[in-house]
Amino acid sequence: MSPYEAILLTIITASTPLLLAAIGELVVERSGVLNLGIEGMMVMGAVCGFVAAHVTGSAWIGVIAAVLAGIATSLLFGLLTQTLITNQVATGLAITLLGLGLSGLIGSGFVGLPGVKLANVSIPWLSDLPFVGRLVFGQDPLVYISILLTVGVAYALKYTRVGLIIRAVGQNHDSAHALGYRVVAVRYACIAFGGATSGLAGAYLSLVYTPQWIENMTAGRGWIALALVVFSTWLPARLAMGAYLFGGVWILGLYAQAMGVGIPSQLLSSLPYVATILALVIISTNRRLSVINTPASLGQGFVPDR
Amino acid sequence: MQLLLEKRSQASSLMNLFSPLLAILLTVVMGGFMFAIMGKPPLSALYIYFIDPLTSWWSIEEVLVKAGPLILIGTGLAVCFKANVWNIGAEGQLTAGALMGAIIPVLWGEWQSPLGLVVMLVLGAFGGALFGLIPAWLKTRFGVNEILTSLMLVYIAQLLLDWVVRGPWKDPDGYNFPKSVSFEGWHLLPTWGDGRMHFGLVVALAAALILFWVMRRTLKGFEINVVGSAPRAGAFAGFSQTKMVWFCFAVSGGLAGLAGLIEVAGPIGQLQPHISPNYGFTAIIVAFLGRLNPLGVIVAGLLLAVSYIGGEGVQIELGISDKTTQVFQGMLLFFILMCDTLILYRLKWISGNPIQHGKRSAS
Amino acid sequence: MKKLLTAAASIALVSALSISAVAADKLKVGFIYIGPPGDHGWTYQHDQGRKAIDARLGDQVDTVFVENVPEGPDAERTITRLARQGAGLIFTTSFGYMDPTLNVAAKFPNVKFEHATGYKRADNLSTYAARFYEGRYVIGQIAAQVSETGVAGYIGSFPIPEVVRGINAFLLGAQTINPDFKLKVVWVNSWFDPGREADAAKVLISQGADIITQHTDSTAAVQVAEEQGVKAFGQASDMAAFAPNALLTSIIDNWDDYYVERTQAVLDGTWESMDTFGGMDSNMVNMGPFINMPADVKAMAQATTAAITEGKLHPFAGPVYKQDGSVGVPEGETLGGFGLVGMDWYVQGVDDQL
Repeated sequence: MSPYEAILLTIITASTPLLLAAIGELVVERSGVLNLGIEGMMVMGAVCGFVAAHVTGSAWIGVIAAVLAGIATSLLFGLLTQTLITNQVATGLAITLLGLGLSGLIGSGFVGLPGVKLANVSIPWLSDLPFVGRLVFGQDPLVYISILLTVGVAYALKYTRVGLIIRAVGQNHDSAHALGYRVVAVRYACIAFGGATSGLAGAYLSLVYTPQWIENMTAGRGWIALALVVFSTWLPARLAMGAYLFGGVWILGLYAQAMGVGIPSQLLSSLPYVATILALVIISTNRRLSVINTPASLGQGFVPDR
Repeated sequence: MQLLLEKRSQASSLMNLFSPLLAILLTVVMGGFMFAIMGKPPLSALYIYFIDPLTSWWSIEEVLVKAGPLILIGTGLAVCFKANVWNIGAEGQLTAGALMGAIIPVLWGEWQSPLGLVVMLVLGAFGGALFGLIPAWLKTRFGVNEILTSLMLVYIAQLLLDWVVRGPWKDPDGYNFPKSVSFEGWHLLPTWGDGRMHFGLVVALAAALILFWVMRRTLKGFEINVVGSAPRAGAFAGFSQTKMVWFCFAVSGGLAGLAGLIEVAGPIGQLQPHISPNYGFTAIIVAFLGRLNPLGVIVAGLLLAVSYIGGEGVQIELGISDKTTQVFQGMLLFFILMCDTLILYRLKWISGNPIQHGKRSAS
Repeated sequence: MKKLLTAAASIALVSALSISAVAADKLKVGFIYIGPPGDHGWTYQHDQGRKAIDARLGDQVDTVFVENVPEGPDAERTITRLARQGAGLIFTTSFGYMDPTLNVAAKFPNVKFEHATGYKRADNLSTYAARFYEGRYVIGQIAAQVSETGVAGYIGSFPIPEVVRGINAFLLGAQTINPDFKLKVVWVNSWFDPGREADAAKVLISQGADIITQHTDSTAAVQVAEEQGVKAFGQASDMAAFAPNALLTSIIDNWDDYYVERTQAVLDGTWESMDTFGGMDSNMVNMGPFINMPADVKAMAQATTAAITEGKLHPFAGPVYKQDGSVGVPEGETLGGFGLVGMDWYVQGVDDQL
């Protein structure tokens, strides 16, 4: 395997969980809800996915369990913020906290056990092509799912009626309600979608990336996913770019070390975070880019006047 | 059949008092449930968690020591969040304050005088405030979301600390381990008791009381409340949103930095790669649990500190995982948020068509 | 000057507790862990040591542990709590617990403390560490024999002397077989970060390393090695279950004998403060089974292990040259003392800068 192929493969692996979690949050935020609980949902997905896979021996059952766990956690968030109109920032943080703690408890009997890895896709002739083979046709299934989701969300938001309703609800929930759209129901659905993708991202971590369970294995990725959504100005294509860019910078730091570049490792480790801040600044300075796509109702609770 | 929220004509003062108690009750009940599912005796676990830490003078001391930084940072964050400015990066500001304040003992270790300690405290607050002004600047100048910038800066601050203690500020007599020289004499905080309770607790309480007074009795406090809950009204009144962002980050950053310096000049006594068990993040919970009121923050800080001490206790006595502490804290925050809804809204079960109900109640 | 309390009151209180501890039936031995026992690494092995105490001295001793204790004031509180609850012997298993342990030891003169990998002692505080670098030398030799590319990848946690020692010993061992053996180093800035370790392993492999070794605690790196078909060495515990085809051997920390010995000393009343830096000779460093390698390499590894155990072979015997060409260890001498404990330089051939 050539070094370039290896680099690209590593970047894809590092970026996929970010993309998965972020694409769901993009939909959630487009509907006007700010869910800071991605980290909690992701880690719940990771632990439930691992436990299910370990107990049944099937990685795919693990994936399904992870998705269900993510949805369940997100619905808890939905219950609080949509039905009980609690502060979204605080509730998101509570979910993160709860998720981290619960996952630690659930997983406590499973730490240090070898995991079940999701097998890579293998298309008979295409996967064996040099360079492109493994990269394009031999990835694990979740990578393809992440790309399909990104394309699907982009299409749905722009060209379908469902997408239009979501965007309407996010822009002005009072007007949407006046038009007869069920704002709360739409938001619940979007929140559940976000939970599902976060669960998938968690499953990726514990079933593909490092097939085992360790406490807090999400290691802050949920927050990076949030930053990516803002960076993307709520556009899926830009989100994918951002995710792979972030993954690239992350891996680049490690490569620089392996090649013996004499920069302190702490500086290299800080590059992804500095890059994120810079990216956010650059995006935000372009007023047209950032303001136009911001869902105007983002973070506001919806209580219908009857 | 539907569960609906109906806005009350005015905030219920009964629920204002009752809701935190209800939240605590619900948390305790759920917690007991959780222990029962785990196969551990629920009542004794709850006792060790919440009552036992208050039964001996030693553990009360430990609760106070643990609560200090939480209260100090939480107070600043409460003011911040009240104005709708979301400083999630208190942990980074804590680190920055510790770094800046540590300049004195590391570079001028021989200068021993009470003034040195005062300078350290001032530098600590200054360093934290300065670091907090970075997300403030990014928000006011570029419109960048402060949640994300303040959070990214946490990682950067921690990596900076790591580099500093492994490189330029490494203790030359420390066998090349990553720590700075040990602070001595006037560079350590005064303590009393058996050396665990330190001056930082006094600072924390003072900060909470001062900020409570500011929030309740001064124009600035009024400004914070208005800008947070009714920004348009605030704009009409001439309150500047921009200046508020700067102010909030400066105050919360400064208090966090002060807390950081107190940690390294108090219990830790030196700079090392890990100076805080996530105080900056836990303080966010404390701020919310205290319902963004500095006096409430004092109570919340103590409650959370009890849960930490209790969590250790159940680990030792009953072999229960320390993860239950996080679960407890998450549940508590959850229930507080839920129960607080009842202050502004009334819950109603509606059978039949909600629109008809609306017509009925209107007529 | 600033402590206002009278020492008398605290000592009286402490003595009362200690007396009650002695009067109780069994000796209570406490453990403070930096991570979870399930990490299959550093803490796991310490917990194995604790279980050894239970197994061999269970009728006279009760053990208790606290996991995930952060370094700093929380550690001081937790150690104090164990001491107050009547522990007679407390093991604190991470370098960062040094000052907290020292502080508590001063307040509880009748309780014995053992601090791992530290350097501050007191009348009731001992330190202990293991010569892991001896194991590194052995695996270095194996690596040079088994590697086809002549390049190994080293996943480091933090550039502290212990890790640097390990890197140097590894390369010195490899250089006895292949003087041009190359070593690439990636620092993950954590003792335990599976995601990062996995990435680091992939990066090193893509740079030509076909041997992966680590000074971090998770099994992620050996899993990657297994997946990519290269060879790897495990750390702290036997990681063969995670990489059945890739694993060559592991360096295993064996605290069992030391822990039982020190507990017995407390029971017998012969415990004294000392510093222990044991290696293969005192069974503190073991090599995991040599697998997945040709018979002659296995024989060589066993021979080297035996030589080190018997004291005939010292990994840091001169001449050893630093990266800049100067003499690190002169000919005829063996490195010891501060030079060894506080090692902050690389030997020639390491592709990294400190």
